[in-house]
Amino acid sequence: MMQFLRLLARNQLALVGGVVLAFVVILSVLTPVLPLQAPDVTNTADRFLPPFSEGHLLGTDHLGRDLLSRLLWGTRLSLAVGFCAAVAAAVIGSTIGIVAGYFGGRTDNIIMRLVDMLMAFPYILLALAIVAALGPGLLNALIAVAAVNVPFFARNIRGITVGIAHKEFVDAAKLAGMGHGRILVSEILPNVVPVIVIAMSTTIGWMILETAGLSFLGLGSQPPQADLGSMLGEARSALITNPHTSVVPGVMIFLIVMSINLLGDGVRDALDPRLRSGALTRPRPATMVARKDTPPKGPGRGVLDVVDLETQFHVGKRVYRAVNQVNLTIAPGECLGVIGESGSGKSVTALSVMGLVASPPGVITGGAVFHEGKDLVGARYETLRKLRGDKVAYIFQDPLATLHPLMKVGDQLAEAISVHHKVGRAELRKRAIELLKSVRIPNAESRADSYPHEMSGGMRQRVSIAMALANEPEVIIADEPTTALDVTVQAQVLSLLDDLRRERGVAILFITHDFGVVAQLCDRVAVMYAGRIVEEGTTDEILARPAHPYTKRLMECVPELGEGRRELAAIPGLPPAVDKLPPGCAFAPRCHKAREECSAAPVELKKDGTRGVRCLYPEADVVEVTA
Amino acid sequence: MTLALRLENLSKTFAVGKPLIGPPKAHVRAVRPLSLEVAEGETLGIVGESGCGKSTLARMLVGLIPPSTGSIEIEGKALDNADPAAFGKLIQYVFQDPISSLNPRKPIRKILEVPLKRLHGMPAAERDKRIREIFDSVNLREEFLDRYPHEFSGGQAQRIGIARGLAANARILVLDEPVSALDVSVQAQVLNLLARLKAEYGLTYLFISHDLAVVEAVSDRVAVMYFGAVVEVGRADRVFAAPRHPYTNLLAGSAPVVGRPLTPPEAKGTELPDPLNPPPGCAFAARCPRASDICRKEDPALTKMGEDQFAACHHPLDP
Repeated sequence: MMQFLRLLARNQLALVGGVVLAFVVILSVLTPVLPLQAPDVTNTADRFLPPFSEGHLLGTDHLGRDLLSRLLWGTRLSLAVGFCAAVAAAVIGSTIGIVAGYFGGRTDNIIMRLVDMLMAFPYILLALAIVAALGPGLLNALIAVAAVNVPFFARNIRGITVGIAHKEFVDAAKLAGMGHGRILVSEILPNVVPVIVIAMSTTIGWMILETAGLSFLGLGSQPPQADLGSMLGEARSALITNPHTSVVPGVMIFLIVMSINLLGDGVRDALDPRLRSGALTRPRPATMVARKDTPPKGPGRGVLDVVDLETQFHVGKRVYRAVNQVNLTIAPGECLGVIGESGSGKSVTALSVMGLVASPPGVITGGAVFHEGKDLVGARYETLRKLRGDKVAYIFQDPLATLHPLMKVGDQLAEAISVHHKVGRAELRKRAIELLKSVRIPNAESRADSYPHEMSGGMRQRVSIAMALANEPEVIIADEPTTALDVTVQAQVLSLLDDLRRERGVAILFITHDFGVVAQLCDRVAVMYAGRIVEEGTTDEILARPAHPYTKRLMECVPELGEGRRELAAIPGLPPAVDKLPPGCAFAPRCHKAREECSAAPVELKKDGTRGVRCLYPEADVVEVTA
Repeated sequence: MTLALRLENLSKTFAVGKPLIGPPKAHVRAVRPLSLEVAEGETLGIVGESGCGKSTLARMLVGLIPPSTGSIEIEGKALDNADPAAFGKLIQYVFQDPISSLNPRKPIRKILEVPLKRLHGMPAAERDKRIREIFDSVNLREEFLDRYPHEFSGGQAQRIGIARGLAANARILVLDEPVSALDVSVQAQVLNLLARLKAEYGLTYLFISHDLAVVEAVSDRVAVMYFGAVVEVGRADRVFAAPRHPYTNLLAGSAPVVGRPLTPPEAKGTELPDPLNPPPGCAFAARCPRASDICRKEDPALTKMGEDQFAACHHPLDP
């Protein structure tokens, strides 16, 4: 709640709207106790007195009634009617929407078609028809305005409810013995209330305007009772001769509607959960770079060298140190595995290479990435764009999310080539088909005309690999490319990647959490924990003799096929949050070998050739190697 | 041996493209008629790849979707109406995604209270005591009870999900990929907790997963599903070590194992069967190296092969 108010106050326009609206509301609440003249007493001797006349601050109307008094009483009435209409529309519309969305199927179909029919009429016509049927009067105008706005709420809320009704917690509630009624009230409703509030705050001004419109036409409040619409209507004939009679209620309507809309927009933005994480700001084309120290000098030995890389996320006052002093080197044709659990920084490392970490909140705060002797961190966006997908290509976990759903896969491949090379159309198509063949897609000619949703998960991931190969890259960065796939498909995709690097000499940076996959594909492995590399070396060495207690115990956690039924080894505790890293070894709180000095100061990565370990007390048989 | 659960000819067919009025355009057989028995105190592992019908089966077992044919019998009593509340006291479900199975706007205490209140009508004081007991048994601290789901890590949230299953006091738990959304170091914690709870409360588990190694580590028996049918059932230590069905063999050969060279386990470019247009014979025939004419014509039935191993295959592998 406090956060909501803070976010709201940050929006200055919303703040202005809120202050103006609060002022108007307080005035209209206080109207009965203010020393005002009677609003409906006519005095034809004093008709059309201008503003600031004695006894009549805003003048009088065509019957000599005090305008100030009528204005405040009218505002009070208009606000009340508009608010009631909004509440009525929200309650009825949301109920319809929730019921339709939750039950779905035929119920949904019938209810929503009825709502559609209501929407097919122009709203003012519908309101006029309702008032015509019920007869003029303020209550009937309220009913008409509410009815006209019901479909808006029904459709909005139904859409949200459909999403929530299929969430697992709703199933869980059913299994816990809740009936439909209870589920609607205690599981679904609390989750749609924010949306209802948002919809109300943005429509209430509109409803006040509609009510005023009906009163203006003489269908709402009946004389002598004043509301803002009827005041305008009565002043219409004197518009030229005595403009103040129409300006006074007109300004009030403007103030009310404007302030409600500004506040409503503010409320909507403040309640939107995406805004809190900064997602509504458009990410930059490349990650922000703010290096404190002078970047290290290159070039390194490999086709891609990551040197002392530091990437952080700055959210509010918190700093998440996602990647902390990471060094990696990949030679041509080599496959380097980066293994770690979620939050270990392995994906952020991969994305930092080409400046793909979303900024804000991501910032590269140190280190460098060398490709062909050039530092990519801090390189111009144009340089990065030329390299992305050409020399360095990515494969991501979910191919359905990375392929364009509305483009044929052949066209997507052609596009990937034509971004970097000038090639004719026929040649592009030929190359796209060749690429599909090279990732062993059967019937490549006809498959090129398929859309991603027409393919299976394994096929789609092969298309993503074909896309990565499109410009014969030197490095492929594969971020958990087989995690979403079934085992039989995973085996096919892995052997395809292995063939590709052997045949084409592509270097692969392979990010994964699976030791079995690393063992089968990678030459070398780096193990990451809490943003740092804790151990590295050749795959065989690490699998045979893990030196860091984390690596060793992580490997023991993984069940392997063929070992039969057993108790599994587990690591107690949880990985640390990277915004609250301990000063020493991040694994120390979970480590059975930890001593005091482990938590005292940062532990260095001791290196010996390709082997390295960041531990003061590594597993016994490797001490000689690292000493 | 007393039976905890008996399924007979249980199947589910979904209608596809249903218009407002009139018959649907097509049917998909998500689960083909299958019969299974689970003994009390047993852990039956169910493995299969995406789309094989294992989740549909699980949702039928707890009454979330009504079966098209067949019957479910729990501890000798038939359950013939799909009413989750009637099922709830006997069989509970632990969801795959621990976070999204908890209502984000309710504190944990309120979530755990529901089964006690709705299924057992327990008075408030007793509820409070029971919740603390259960919470303690899944190794969570009592002060967590008043927090909201987003404050928990995946492993903790999954333990809350398990606690909810326990609160209903059901003797059978259907665990639908309970650890596949968790990190390996946390996965082992949850699996060990499940093993301890089973011993403590005498539970029966149906453990559904795509991870063969995990299933082998926790199960007594394993059922392998392919294309909506059980193609092989047997003792966990035998099914993957000496598979009789070629599909089980393929699965076991595909799992990445440290020290096994990377060879693609099957011919390249094999396509999965189309559920809208199922092949006439064995669904695996198109991918099977042993397939013959009879496989493409006749769907093999699950038959006994060896002591307690069953497989649905015309040309089973040698043990």
